[in-house]
Amino acid sequence: MSESAPTAADTRRLAEEARARVRFEEEALDLSDQVYRVARRLVGSREEAEDLVQQTYERAFRSWKQFTPGTNLRAWLLRILTNLNIDRGRRQQRTPQTTTLDNEAGDYFLYNKLEAQVPEENPDEERVIEKLSQDSIVDALAEVPHDFRDVIVLVDIGEFSYADASQILDIPMGTVMSRLHRGRRILKKNLADGVAA
Amino acid sequence: MIDWCDKCEEMMQPYLDGALSDAEVEQAKHHLEQCSWCAKRYHFEERLRHYVRVAISEPMSAELKAKLSALRTPLDA
Repeated sequence: MSESAPTAADTRRLAEEARARVRFEEEALDLSDQVYRVARRLVGSREEAEDLVQQTYERAFRSWKQFTPGTNLRAWLLRILTNLNIDRGRRQQRTPQTTTLDNEAGDYFLYNKLEAQVPEENPDEERVIEKLSQDSIVDALAEVPHDFRDVIVLVDIGEFSYADASQILDIPMGTVMSRLHRGRRILKKNLADGVAA
Repeated sequence: MIDWCDKCEEMMQPYLDGALSDAEVEQAKHHLEQCSWCAKRYHFEERLRHYVRVAISEPMSAELKAKLSALRTPLDA
């Protein structure tokens, strides 16, 4: 190359950039457990989740300069992840399925149903929750339609704020809240349905 | 006449989300102190959320972790 030798300022800038990049990559990797946890619940299998996480990090590391330092890196990574997931064509139908739910029924219905299964009168709530097995919760969540499940996964499992979830999924905050509300109800209804009448 | 059990049932999700106003939180707390029926249901809901989180946490495999680390830009590049 016939270009002139880099100036001291160029060298300093390059070194600074290299340091920023390393820092970015380290910070991103520190979040990988959380990213994986979300991925695992967004897609059906462990293999798919692993592929998705790997692609997410490949893309993140490639486009690291687009990240604004000081903003929420976890949300930025999950935005990439959800976009890749959509690209994979997993969502054939974008419209949320509507599961028939009795809107008049309040929010205590699952507790009431489980409580009735405990032989003693007025049992402790710990006895009531023991009626639910880990498997039943996993199954019940798997049966929640995607659009609702994504919100539950981000807010209730990923512990994101409504605002972060809205940004990650690219839907208005009001939609996050209504899907969350409905999604939790569907989850509880699935759990209630799984309990012998 | 407000039925506080009904009202508390309505407030349960936003209460647990921390989305109620201070005044509403006070109302809910006041009722929950006096009504074990509602208090049990709130506690159950809190535990349920926790259970959902725990039931589905599955750690990432060591292989994937290693693959991600390998994506880093080599330091001596």
